[in-house]
Amino acid sequence: MTLQIMEGSIAIAETVRLCRPQVISAYPITPQTHIVEGLASIVADGRLDAEYICVESEFSALSACIGASAAGSRVYSATTSQGLALMTEVVFNSAGMRLPIVMGIANRAISAPLSIWNDQQDSIMMRDSGWLQLYAEDNQEALDMHILAYKVCEDHDILLPAFVCFDGFILSHVYEPVDIPTQEQVDKFLGEFKPYQKLDVNDPISFGMYATPEYYLEFRYEHDAAVKRAADALRKYGKEFKDVFGRDYSELITTYKLDDAETAIVAMGSICGTVKDAIDEMRKDGKKVGLLSIRCFRPFPSTDIAKALSKVNTVVVLDKNVSLGAKGAVAIEVKEACYGSDVKIYDYILGLGGRDVRKKDIKAIVDLAEKGKGDMFYGLRQEVL
Amino acid sequence: MSLGIGCTARPGNSRNNKTGSWRVFYPVMDHDKCTKCGTCQLICPEGCITVNPDKTYTIDLDFCKGCGMCAKECPDKAKAITMIQEEK
Amino acid sequence: MVDRSIENFECGHRACGGCGASSAVRMILKGAGQNTIVVSPTGCLEVFSTPYPETAWKTPWIHSLFENASAVASGIEASLKKQGRLEKEKILVIGGDGATVDIGTLCISGAFERGHDFTYVCYDNEAYMNTGIQRSGSTPYDADTTTSPAGACSTGNNRPKKDLPQILVAHGSPYVATATMAYPADLMKKVERAMNTPGPCYIQVHAPCCTGWGFDGSMTMEIGRMAVACGLWVNYEMIDEELASAKKVKRVPVDDYLKAQKRFRHLFKPTRNEAEIAKIQAIADANAKKYGIDIE
Repeated sequence: MTLQIMEGSIAIAETVRLCRPQVISAYPITPQTHIVEGLASIVADGRLDAEYICVESEFSALSACIGASAAGSRVYSATTSQGLALMTEVVFNSAGMRLPIVMGIANRAISAPLSIWNDQQDSIMMRDSGWLQLYAEDNQEALDMHILAYKVCEDHDILLPAFVCFDGFILSHVYEPVDIPTQEQVDKFLGEFKPYQKLDVNDPISFGMYATPEYYLEFRYEHDAAVKRAADALRKYGKEFKDVFGRDYSELITTYKLDDAETAIVAMGSICGTVKDAIDEMRKDGKKVGLLSIRCFRPFPSTDIAKALSKVNTVVVLDKNVSLGAKGAVAIEVKEACYGSDVKIYDYILGLGGRDVRKKDIKAIVDLAEKGKGDMFYGLRQEVL
Repeated sequence: MSLGIGCTARPGNSRNNKTGSWRVFYPVMDHDKCTKCGTCQLICPEGCITVNPDKTYTIDLDFCKGCGMCAKECPDKAKAITMIQEEK
Repeated sequence: MVDRSIENFECGHRACGGCGASSAVRMILKGAGQNTIVVSPTGCLEVFSTPYPETAWKTPWIHSLFENASAVASGIEASLKKQGRLEKEKILVIGGDGATVDIGTLCISGAFERGHDFTYVCYDNEAYMNTGIQRSGSTPYDADTTTSPAGACSTGNNRPKKDLPQILVAHGSPYVATATMAYPADLMKKVERAMNTPGPCYIQVHAPCCTGWGFDGSMTMEIGRMAVACGLWVNYEMIDEELASAKKVKRVPVDDYLKAQKRFRHLFKPTRNEAEIAKIQAIADANAKKYGIDIE
């Protein structure tokens, strides 16, 4: 293993190359651009034998992925924010068609107001779409999760698309040391793409028919069951991943100093790194705080979370999104997971639209929770309200 | 039966749906008048008119919806198809 | 020439009796030949041919959404190219006018600009029929639809048809044609020509809709011929942006075509609306002049 210092987007592009997609279809949008530029260069230089379709919109980017996947190719796309919003109809449709598409999401806020900066509202708004959703804490996870996602999605017992989510700019544009796997490793782990079914004149099928009320409910049930089955597939292939690459993805959640913690912070994505540093400092001050990081938001690992939080008194959920008029999406689901337990769960909406979240903010939030103050936007600049 | 993943089905099984019950008029073909031009077979929206080995045509009443296009389009010199009201 | 005895569209579909689109689709598939992968956007055709688990299609067929058939076709083409299958297998989109001239235009424009090798055939029944006869960008001037109703202050649809064929000619398409199911041999020949022309090709097919236009289902072919006879529909081909053929006719006034359909009856009852009929005649006259179809 040789660590290389690389920009996140370039590391992802190089990893996607190793996954050997045959068709790439993408439309540029900040902060995803370096990934698709990187892939375009890789194809132009002959380092990947793929068709690269420069589509006219994100809507067509994912639509072309549907066609290419249905015709029997491994495909890749990447987008974010408004691009993902424009794709909405295709996102739901491609999942219902059960196509194993992998798409990188450089998480970014949603307009209005227009913002190119990071939060996780974009992928969170797709939580009901039937795509798997993995969230990376750092660039190594972001690239590893791309490889893992293909493995899980293409399993004929799963057949689902997946988002690999990584925080825009915070990960996508940041240089970090990463281990780019070898082609041999990736080939060994993924193998050749074997479509479950495909458009083929030698064996015709009708694909994407419509369902009457006699069938629709059952199709949704089976789709839901497949998303739930993906939890075990992720654990299984996450373990195999460790055997090949040396990094363990066999759990859908990870924890940090949670075993003896009285207060647990629940978070997703790159913020977890900051949280860990804050926890180290708080521990020095005698506060027993730990972290639960959600790596996989869909399927949602409710049982794992309930178990991991069973011994704490207080839960602090950091939501880089908000279901306006309700709470943050992560908090809503964590509360559901812990229903019946007497743990106190407080939600904090923070970091929206690229607002920086620092160690001192994490500490301040833990203080608020200890005082019973939560379910709020954190860090509001009162002077502009 | 298990559902076809991705809402898929094998080709051509719409034949399980017999649309002949929709019909109000049914076509009767006079093979003596038929000039075997093939117009009815070509234009039928159902595709339910088949060519026999002797080049005559058979209208499959399991599927014929009785639209009457075949009778209307049968060339004037032949007029081999007549539409007759179904008795139900 | 392809084997035209092939039947790739099976009985048992749920189109209305006398449906121009289903008749057209049978002909289009005969023109396309075997080894065709069909993409259908949402619409009448998609709905009447594929209620799960019954499909009328004997070719490989895919439906994704209303507006993205061309983008799906782009992806299929890229995939087949990468797999070395494009030599043998061809891609055909068959969609209605709503999916084509309205909601799908962005995807069509993108796919044509990129130059994917596929053929797009629009069966033009001149309104959103599947949802109940609402006006589309392809609805002709003065047609009465459920969203462009004739009334005391309205003579029906107040705009002429959007000219998508010419828009796609402007994209540099190597083959753009118009046809009608009322002339099957011409339609099948044009589809075969398009399928064998490399690059993105487009054919718009007049497909009378007895339910939406208001005529007896036995009259579908006749209505199609009347449209051509009066010049409101012109059958032509544009090869490499040049007019290559246009069907010449001994034109008749538009009156008979209009009178035969309930969607235009408000132009004749309670009294004949000379001014509006003259405007429609002017559209036919302009078509005739533009494509030089008049037999002197």
